[in-house]
Amino acid sequence: MYLKDFRSPKLAAQLAATLISLTAVPLPAFAHGFAGDRFFPATISTDDPFAASELSFPTITAIRQPGSPSTKNVDLSADVSVLIFPRTALSIGDGFQIQKAPNQRALTGFDNAELNLLYEFFENDKHEVITSIGVTWGIGGTGRRSLGADSFSTFTPTFYFGKGFGDLPDTLPLLRPLALTGTLGLAIPTRAGNRNVSADPSTGRETVSVDPNPTTLEWGLALEYSLIYLQEHVKDVGLKAPIDRLIPLVEFAMQTPLNRGAGGLTTGTINPGVIWSGQYFQVGVEAVIPVNHHTGNNLGIIAQLHFYLDDIFPKIFSKPLFTP
Amino acid sequence: MRLFLRFFIAALALALMPRVGWAHAFLDHAEPAVGSQIHNSPIQVRIWFTERLEPVLSRIQVFDAANSEVDKRNVHIDASNPALLEVAVSPLPPGKYKVVWRVVSVDTHVTTGNFTFELTP
Repeated sequence: MYLKDFRSPKLAAQLAATLISLTAVPLPAFAHGFAGDRFFPATISTDDPFAASELSFPTITAIRQPGSPSTKNVDLSADVSVLIFPRTALSIGDGFQIQKAPNQRALTGFDNAELNLLYEFFENDKHEVITSIGVTWGIGGTGRRSLGADSFSTFTPTFYFGKGFGDLPDTLPLLRPLALTGTLGLAIPTRAGNRNVSADPSTGRETVSVDPNPTTLEWGLALEYSLIYLQEHVKDVGLKAPIDRLIPLVEFAMQTPLNRGAGGLTTGTINPGVIWSGQYFQVGVEAVIPVNHHTGNNLGIIAQLHFYLDDIFPKIFSKPLFTP
Repeated sequence: MRLFLRFFIAALALALMPRVGWAHAFLDHAEPAVGSQIHNSPIQVRIWFTERLEPVLSRIQVFDAANSEVDKRNVHIDASNPALLEVAVSPLPPGKYKVVWRVVSVDTHVTTGNFTFELTP
């Protein structure tokens, strides 16, 4: 095509119409929590595999920790995640902790801040599969040490996955709303141990002890049953709002130290609960049940309000901040 | 702590405020209903979504058990309801039919899905 061709009014009109239609028709945006037909909610106690723009605020955890004396712990945390490149999200989170022992004044302070970079590297829409990798930097020294915040950093490379069971055969229709998400990470501390120096008041002799900081396998699973999926894709069983947007789930948040004298002692919690997912936000609540006496003996609770930023502010967040 | 409370109140207000934009279009209900058994051939398949749709990029297709498309390929948004997508179908013989949809809400978010219904004599 040559420049002179544009002198033809018909051709110019066609070209103008094409250009207008190209700019007027929005390019579709794929966003948080979807793999094919499956919508995965943001899980509460474990991380999910999606790179998305979202805000968890607040997440409130309350549990009584064992010890002498036992303390009542309340943690109020926030986490914001932004899609910076296609399939790549950067998130930052922190928490504010309140520890209260009987007949003592409450101790308060921040946890260590955490920075996470997550990249979705595989998605299969037909089989509702998504896998991601990421790394979390627990930034040492940013929290209050007397509340247990580490003075050293920890890096946790993590593999994340999600699988919906919508591809099960038609003979198993009521199992199709099931989905599983999970994480497998290795928390690597940047310091092998903490040196403690204490002096005997009578002799003045110094004693040095070392508390080991083991490398820890962090693993989590979330098994979900989506009533949204049931209603939309399997069978309209007549559920009405707000029941039709519920996702009952059970999460397993576990840690297994691997070395430095602490190997094999798994701790963690099993967290059954429910998430209600709306158009712009979700709310969820779970019981926190320790898996063994090393973890604790008391039942706790965790609740979260979570916003889909890409739906609330689509002009800002429905696309990555930077697109190569 | 006061700062946290202020943020919490702001977050709660954000969650409870009226709709400020648009979001993913989820299937609200359909006719024939998802997973239903019906006895008379429908004239059209209609799906009500939770959000207004972008007409150019939204579609419904209906397939029979042999995976042949049986709709009339005239997908359109209802004139009085921008969240209702419709497609006409030819008179259908008894059998199982699969409805496949892919819609784009007006804020450009894409959602997809499929469901079946069965036509029995």
